[in-house]
Amino acid sequence: MVVRTLLVRGMVVGVLAGLLSWLFLYFFGEPAIDGAIAFEDRLAHAASESDGVALVSRGVQSTIGLGTAVILFGVAIGGLFALAYAVAYGRIGSLSPRATAAVLAAGAFVAVVLVPFLKYPANPPASTDAGTVSQRTGLYVVLLLVSVILAASSISVGRRLHPRVGAWNAVLLAAGLYVLTTGVVLMVMPSVDETPADFPGAVLYDFRVAALGNQVVLWVAIGLLFGWLTDRSLRRTTSVETVGGQR
Amino acid sequence: MAQSVAVPASIPIPLRIPLREVVPWAVFAGAILLTLLYLVGLDQGAISVFSGQLLHEFVHDGRHLLGVPCH
Repeated sequence: MVVRTLLVRGMVVGVLAGLLSWLFLYFFGEPAIDGAIAFEDRLAHAASESDGVALVSRGVQSTIGLGTAVILFGVAIGGLFALAYAVAYGRIGSLSPRATAAVLAAGAFVAVVLVPFLKYPANPPASTDAGTVSQRTGLYVVLLLVSVILAASSISVGRRLHPRVGAWNAVLLAAGLYVLTTGVVLMVMPSVDETPADFPGAVLYDFRVAALGNQVVLWVAIGLLFGWLTDRSLRRTTSVETVGGQR
Repeated sequence: MAQSVAVPASIPIPLRIPLREVVPWAVFAGAILLTLLYLVGLDQGAISVFSGQLLHEFVHDGRHLLGVPCH
């Protein structure tokens, strides 16, 4: 198992996951964005403001723009996933190559996506105050980093407890530690409450379900494809070595 | 007499990759991948390395749906 191979595999898998993500969001995310932009237009119309000239048309934003963004995101996440896999493999219990990929993807989804989403969920256009984007970005990035650090620390504590309490209890204690510490962080960090009172609730709900669903699609695709390819390549290398040994 | 036993095809599992092999990749590839994430997710929003709004507008829908604070 070589890091370079894993990295390339992760990025290729990321492209495929990004394509799935594009397809998913085109059908399930874009309708909610259209709904939000319709609300934005009603506001602008009521204030009799002109829309101004768009730098990039909606047609480009909702197709090529969306695809470029999610595929590049997939490549980056896939590559980072591979690097994490290189460290995690053989260090989180005696999991098989496929199981390691699945467990790592599930854990990373919780730490990187779900926990930040609980406090600072995805927001459609026209549902936030453009003036506070700096604060919101700062809070989001801080929560993301804290969540990842707490997850890594909890795993490290679990590994240390393993010899004394056994695998089952070590996993439970590590998960409990993560839930407890992130729970406190989520409680302490400031809330953001700036969605306009008349923003359509159904649009907000649909948008957030689509955003979360997309991350599920992306991480499931990365975890399963990466695990499958790694397992397959290990089997091949092994059989080649066996044949070579018999000669 | 030799007995044939069905042995389940199990793959010998490599133990782990030594950390000193992972670190250089993690540092260099990690930096490039995080820069890519930054460009897709954050630039021309709260902070800008590249001035203007073209990048922001082009990946606009992606940013919203990926859950990054956009505007």
